[in-house]
Amino acid sequence: MSKFSSKIRRVNSPGSQRKTGRRSPLATVALIVIGLMSTGGAYAMFSSTAAAETPAVTQTTIAAGEKLFAANCATCHGLSVQGSATGPSLIGVGAASVDFQVGTGRMPLAAGGPQAEKKPVQFTDSQTKELAAYIASLAPGPALPSSAYLKGDGDATKGAELFRINCAMCHNVAGAGGALTAGKYAPALSGVTGAHIYEAMVSGPQSMPVFNDLNITPQEKADIVTYLKYLDKNPSPGGVDLGNLGPVSEGLFIWIFGLGALVAVTVWIAAKAN
Amino acid sequence: MSTETPTRTPPSTVVVASRGQRFTGAAVNYVDERTSISGLVRELGRKIFPDHWSFMLGEVALYSFVVILLTGTFLTFFYQPSMADVVYNGSYVPLKGLHMSAAMASSLDISFDIRGGLLMRQVHHWAALLFVASIGLHMLRVFFTGAFRKPREINWFIGFVLFILAMAEGFTGYSLPDDLLSGNGLRIIDGMVKGIPLVGSWISWLLFGGEFPGTHIVARLFTLHILLLPAILIAALGAHLLLMIINKHTQFAGPGRTNDNVVGVPIMPTFAAKAGGFFFIVFGALVLMGAFFTINPIWTYGPYDPSPVSAGTQPDWYIGFADGALRMMPPGLEFDVFGHPLSLNIMIPLLVLPIFLGLVAFYPFIEAWITGDKREHHIAERPRNAPTRTAIGAAGVTFYAVLWATASSDLIATHFHVSIEDVIHSMQLLVFVGPVVAYLLTKRITLGLQKKDREIALHGFESGRIVRLPGGEYIEVHEQLDEYERWRLVSYLDYEPLMVRPDERGRITVAQRARAGLSSWFFEDRISPPTTTEVEREHASQH
Repeated sequence: MSKFSSKIRRVNSPGSQRKTGRRSPLATVALIVIGLMSTGGAYAMFSSTAAAETPAVTQTTIAAGEKLFAANCATCHGLSVQGSATGPSLIGVGAASVDFQVGTGRMPLAAGGPQAEKKPVQFTDSQTKELAAYIASLAPGPALPSSAYLKGDGDATKGAELFRINCAMCHNVAGAGGALTAGKYAPALSGVTGAHIYEAMVSGPQSMPVFNDLNITPQEKADIVTYLKYLDKNPSPGGVDLGNLGPVSEGLFIWIFGLGALVAVTVWIAAKAN
Repeated sequence: MSTETPTRTPPSTVVVASRGQRFTGAAVNYVDERTSISGLVRELGRKIFPDHWSFMLGEVALYSFVVILLTGTFLTFFYQPSMADVVYNGSYVPLKGLHMSAAMASSLDISFDIRGGLLMRQVHHWAALLFVASIGLHMLRVFFTGAFRKPREINWFIGFVLFILAMAEGFTGYSLPDDLLSGNGLRIIDGMVKGIPLVGSWISWLLFGGEFPGTHIVARLFTLHILLLPAILIAALGAHLLLMIINKHTQFAGPGRTNDNVVGVPIMPTFAAKAGGFFFIVFGALVLMGAFFTINPIWTYGPYDPSPVSAGTQPDWYIGFADGALRMMPPGLEFDVFGHPLSLNIMIPLLVLPIFLGLVAFYPFIEAWITGDKREHHIAERPRNAPTRTAIGAAGVTFYAVLWATASSDLIATHFHVSIEDVIHSMQLLVFVGPVVAYLLTKRITLGLQKKDREIALHGFESGRIVRLPGGEYIEVHEQLDEYERWRLVSYLDYEPLMVRPDERGRITVAQRARAGLSSWFFEDRISPPTTTEVEREHASQH
């Protein structure tokens, strides 16, 4: 740096030099300045287009998120996100957690209860991202998943096996949901977006355990998302799936509709012709 | 009439039978001369079926069993009862490349790669569910109409054996695809067996050929499912039908229907046509169900692996009551006795359920002993006319239903938004309170209905028409029943509690006292049918 500045000084000092065919020493300076500015500008332009791909976390988004937080979340989670008697601290929960909880409508909570229910989403997507950026700015935590893992182009077989081993005991083998203790439940997974499935795995909302990237790698998570998307897209090969609830709905069906219809037939057969 | 007949018939038709008729006649004669089957056909063809819809429930069971045999035979052509490890390479994408047993792979091939296989699998399974369900309903009909009384006690017992065999068939079949759900079911059975003190572990090792799950159980269950159990089932079914023919059908009381006759249509030709048609209706209904409604989607469950257990793992409906009994057991019932674990949480269901089933199996003998009734009964009772029995039946149904509902406690919790603990606790209460309430309510309701019948038989219906008599008196005109309708209401047997009588040595035994006590419990509260005198007197003094 000092070498560079001394050079500038050196080229600047002989001000009374006679004009020759050679270009002015100032031209070098101008060239450097232009060069620097153009590269800087181009870099700035490049980086701003990159920011459109993955959400740009700028001071403005964080500030907007902070305002939204103060207006909508601070009552329970505390003005400085430290938590209160009615809501946990959100320091370190990460953007993924916020995007899941707010993006599925679970937060803000409508009422206390065994667990937060899925309901109509209360914030726009950009507001959700602002809230996520704010919470992520406070402490490191699980980030929003890269869209590469959410396309549903992974290995469905592997995803299905991982799902059976890690998820089915609560969510049911067909993702139809299941009961937990004290009125809590694992929700049904049909129609849930890939992003929310992924975020739930990394953030472990409510009763759900966290499946971190060492436990289930991002690619394996993508496989699970692929399997669930496969189930969503492909109706049961056997016909109406009766809610995928297994033998209970099958039993109810055979008693009510199967045997019911046949009893009606027996009544018809045994009826006296009038 | 008879004198006119010859003139009506043209002589030509009398003389020559057509070629077809001659052939049929000759063929029938050929068979009859060698088998003497005409006697059997005559007997069978004259069997009378009373026409009441509830008498056809057993037929639903019979026909669904035929469907099970047909579809099951198809399935055995392609199913491999082996637990050998293979790599699935069939059409179902989310299982491709996965290791699984040959049983599971062949079940998937039946479902996806064999023409009509999925339909056959689904029809087979739906038919199995219908088989047990229709047996259950048939048993309830027989129970609540008292059709199990002498001379049909033994046939009731055979029917009960059929019910148990049907459940065993169902359970062994449920386990054959070796999918995750059925494997979990087997694991529960394994756990129950191991819960038996002292011998449990030995029996489990014998059953599975080593530690669960082993590599033998599917082949063993297959042998039971397609060989042993069906053989016993068909033999018992034959005995059941034969006894039904020997004992004849019961019928509801009505004019001209007595304890000594059966009024209805003979098998040949009307009933045979109706029954044949009904078979195709049952078959058709099952094929429709198999075609449009998924049952046992083993492709979703995936191959069996002892580590994963899915939420909402249930047995098929007919094993539900046993699963419910297990789910209902409160914690803290496991003890350590001299270094041996004593799992009362398993032993209690293992003892209570056989007692319950035993009461069902032996109920006809128990009731016959209590009533001391040695007569033959061919008239089906209306449930209201046997209040105590109907109330006992209602209590039994409630007990079973509570156990059954408990098997789906988790789905009740999620679908009705209640906590699963509350569901279990309610069921624990209901299993004791429910049968008692059902007993008392049913008994009151049946007695109330009997009173109402008596009232109607004696006084007729209130017509709401008020007439002023010449003397100025106002009366309401009652519409009387005709003789036929009244017959239905007044013809039932009136039992009275047995008296305690000393035996020939002048003693009153404990059994006697118990019997007298039970008898008065049975018949203390009763409404006697109106006698002819009462009816006539009422009608003479009638408005």
